[in-house]
Amino acid sequence: MDIIFNGKAREIQDGICIQELLDQMQLDCMQVVVEHNNNIIPRQRLAETPLNNGDALEVIHFVGGG
Amino acid sequence: MDELIIAGRSFNSRLMVGTGKFASNEAMVASMEGSGSEIVTVALRRVDVDNPQDSLLNHIDPKRYLLLPNTSGARDAEEAIRLARIARAAGCEPWIKLEVTPDPYYLLPDPIETLKAAEVLVKEGFIVLPYINADPVLAKHMQEVGTATVMPLGAPIGTNKGLRTRDNIAIIIEQAIVPVVVDAGLGAPSHAAEAMEMGADAVLVNTALAVARDPGAMGVAFKKGVEAGREAYLAGLGKQQDKAEASSPLTGFLRSEPNR
Repeated sequence: MDIIFNGKAREIQDGICIQELLDQMQLDCMQVVVEHNNNIIPRQRLAETPLNNGDALEVIHFVGGG
Repeated sequence: MDELIIAGRSFNSRLMVGTGKFASNEAMVASMEGSGSEIVTVALRRVDVDNPQDSLLNHIDPKRYLLLPNTSGARDAEEAIRLARIARAAGCEPWIKLEVTPDPYYLLPDPIETLKAAEVLVKEGFIVLPYINADPVLAKHMQEVGTATVMPLGAPIGTNKGLRTRDNIAIIIEQAIVPVVVDAGLGAPSHAAEAMEMGADAVLVNTALAVARDPGAMGVAFKKGVEAGREAYLAGLGKQQDKAEASSPLTGFLRSEPNR
C-alpha cells in the first residue's frame, strides 16, 4: 500500500502498524515523534495504530537549531 | 548568588546557546561546554530516512542542559503551535522558544502570529519564550498573555551585527516584568557584554559560535563577555557625558599658577 511519508509517496508493506514501519526503517521510537493524519501518536500507542492506504505520516526528530 | 530565574527555575549561566550550523557534533559539544550554558536550543525537522544521521540527542546530556526546542520554520501561529506540541510529545519539558518567521530573507518575527501562538501555548501550559522584534509595546503584550520571557532581537538572525536595536531594547528592559533575553545577531562577546551591561537578563547565541574557527574557545569567550557585562551592570556603570572630567587631581601641578 502507499502512504505519504514526510510529504512524499512511499510504498510500504500492507497491514503493518506504525511501530513496525519505524522498526523496518531502523528508526528509534524514543528519538522521534510521529504524527498520523495530523494527530500526534504517543509512543505507547505506536504499536496499536495500524496504517491504511493513503495515510499521511510525519516522523520528526530534533536537529541543531538556534 | 546572582541567578537567572525563568518561570521559577534557577540558572547559574546567563548565556543560552544554539546547536545549529556547527561543522560537527564534536564542535557543538565543545562550544556548549566552553560556554557554560545550561539552556540549549534545538529545532524539529522531518527525519531523512534516506540519509540516516546520528541523533542530536545522543550528544546533549539532559541532566546538564535544559533542552529548549524552537518552532523555527513556522510561518504562522498554527504551524508554531503544531511544532510546540510535537516538542512536548518528544518528552521535553514544556519549554518552547516560540518563533514565527514568514520572511525567509530577513527572518524577522511576525508579531501578530507570534502573539496569537503565545496566547494559545500559555493556556496549554507551555513555558513560552517568544522571539520578537525589539518592540517595547509588543513585549508588553507578550507579558500580558503570560510569556516567561521576552527575547528581542539585536539584529536579524545570523548577521553578527550586534545590538542594532539598542535603544528599543533599553526600553524593553526598563519596562519588563519578566527576564529579557537578547537573541539573534550577537556576533562577538563584546555585543553580548553590551547587552548585559544594559541590564538584559541573558543572551542567546548560535551563529557566532558555530562559525568560529574554534567553537569551544569562542564559547569560553562569550561566557566571559556575558559575565563581564553582568558584573558591570550590577556594579553600576558611570553616566556618559560630553565634557571631560579629569581622573587625576587638578591641583598641585608642577608649574606656576597665575594669580587669581
